[in-house]
Amino acid sequence: MPLPESYFDYPYRGERLDHERYRHQTLFTRRPVQWPDGARVALWITVHLEFFPLDMANLPFRVLGGMERGYPDYWNYTLRDYGNRVGVWRVMRLLDRYGLRATAAFNSDVAQRYPELVRAVTDRRWEVMASGVNMAKLHVGGLPVEAERALVTESLSTLRRISGAAVRGWHSPAHSESDNTLDLVAAEGVTYVADWINDDMPYPLNTKSGTIHAMPLTHEWSDRMLLWQYHQSSAEFTSQVVEAFRVLYDEAGRHGGRILSIALHPWIIGQPHRIKALDAALSQITGYAGVWNATGAEILDAWRQQAAP
Amino acid sequence: MLSDPDRYDYFPLHDRPRITWPNDARLAFWVAPNIEFYELHPPLGPGRVPWPRPFPDVLGYSYRDYGNRVGVWRMIDVMARNGVRGSVSLNVALCDHFPDIIKACNELGWEFFSHGVYNTRYLYGMSEAQQIRIIRDSIDTIRDKAGQEMSGWLSPALTNTDETIDLLAEAGIQYTLDLMHDDQPTPLRVRSGRLISVPYSLEINDVPLLTMRNASPERYAEICKAQFDQLYAEGADNGMVMCMPLHPFLVGQPHRIRALDEILRYVTSHDGVWLATAREIAAWYYQHHYDTVAAALAARRRAA
Repeated sequence: MPLPESYFDYPYRGERLDHERYRHQTLFTRRPVQWPDGARVALWITVHLEFFPLDMANLPFRVLGGMERGYPDYWNYTLRDYGNRVGVWRVMRLLDRYGLRATAAFNSDVAQRYPELVRAVTDRRWEVMASGVNMAKLHVGGLPVEAERALVTESLSTLRRISGAAVRGWHSPAHSESDNTLDLVAAEGVTYVADWINDDMPYPLNTKSGTIHAMPLTHEWSDRMLLWQYHQSSAEFTSQVVEAFRVLYDEAGRHGGRILSIALHPWIIGQPHRIKALDAALSQITGYAGVWNATGAEILDAWRQQAAP
Repeated sequence: MLSDPDRYDYFPLHDRPRITWPNDARLAFWVAPNIEFYELHPPLGPGRVPWPRPFPDVLGYSYRDYGNRVGVWRMIDVMARNGVRGSVSLNVALCDHFPDIIKACNELGWEFFSHGVYNTRYLYGMSEAQQIRIIRDSIDTIRDKAGQEMSGWLSPALTNTDETIDLLAEAGIQYTLDLMHDDQPTPLRVRSGRLISVPYSLEINDVPLLTMRNASPERYAEICKAQFDQLYAEGADNGMVMCMPLHPFLVGQPHRIRALDEILRYVTSHDGVWLATAREIAAWYYQHHYDTVAAALAARRRAA
């Protein structure tokens, strides 16, 4: 039996994308932006603080870092928990040594369980970003909108209450959204989202509550992809982060300011045998003139002051 | 279902007529950028689920979208600086969505061949008439929107049916890339007309190499150079083909683009390399080798 006629319908086939969230825009023909003090590259470090529940179901798909063994999977649960107990403090100490600030992307359960971690973040004038409730509560297609609204509200209200910060940024657990996620977070005062991995610079996103922005959070050269998913070595992590930086730094000389995102998961990079890989990358990157370290919100504000609407 | 594709005969490497390339080149080297459009909410058909996550798979979709917003321009720049043209494996709807990309490739003299309409619409389950519709759509779109007569085919997401190769030959397509059985072109057995296979690659293709075999950019460059070294050496006796399939969403990333540059600089630093398009390789093969090889194959059959 042949396929139904509907398989040959192409409703969006024209000079446009197949959805309304943003418009197609080539990176290299956009108006150049300038960062403060003529910097070439804005260095945006995100530290992802995640809670993987011992009883997580791995549905409707298994997230990277999810439980892998029979219940109770102490092996994986405690390895993730290591990040919040030990790894993150190691990462903080290292960033402090370089005088670097980061954006901390919290599952709100982490803030609820470990409020000392929130204080450590706000004491350092890091940004608090919301990253859902925990790694088992995914924002996915098929989730009823009211259930998803409850997740968004729980995440943002918990983080705002505990941190006292405005919390403008959102990153969905495992970069996963439903068709409603952007509308729901925008309605709760989120002004930027870092889930879509299609650009090296910010761009406007359309929501029912008006325009918000996408921020370029790396997926490709995160510790999660290179060290965990791809099983690469610490040296390979360092060289790829630095290479991404060099290419963006070079492009900035011709195309205007660029952003280097460094995405860190303390349960991975905070291990004793890996932390020096981050140290080596930061040592090389901060050796360049024209690197502006800032939080996601600060970078977006600087971009919005100049970029064409 | 068949136990063998039944499209080509066994033809051992050591016992073949010598293949030559223009200017006595040892190796025909070609690059196949896959410029693709994956849909956010594709229709479901049999045989393959378009995305691993429930729709919308924002991660998967935006990963591919990076190629068309960002990566393709870095890749084009590096290829142009090395004087290497692309033969684009094109989801032909991209002509409608992103004419700026089509224009840039055309200005550099690149070839377009069909990789289906979208990379989220598969041939699985299609009748012959429905597959012909996709082939006609491809030919018409590449003629009308990209200004080229289409010569080649790589099935969308490498989805095939038993009949696809016959339908390509009957539509006047010159070559297919769906078979990975050889490092030289091969005449294929078809219902009517004629068709050859031109070597593509899933071994040095960036998708499996970088995302399934977990190669770092350094390792990727090392593997591609090793592939080149061996085929180049063997090409002194019998001309070989090396294809480098690319995906701009992968090689166009800032941490990987230099690896592509390094590979192309290495390849182009050698004499005796024919920097060709797939169409040029197919045309040369039909003109100089098809009949000889077909006769050799027929003789082997008679002997058997």
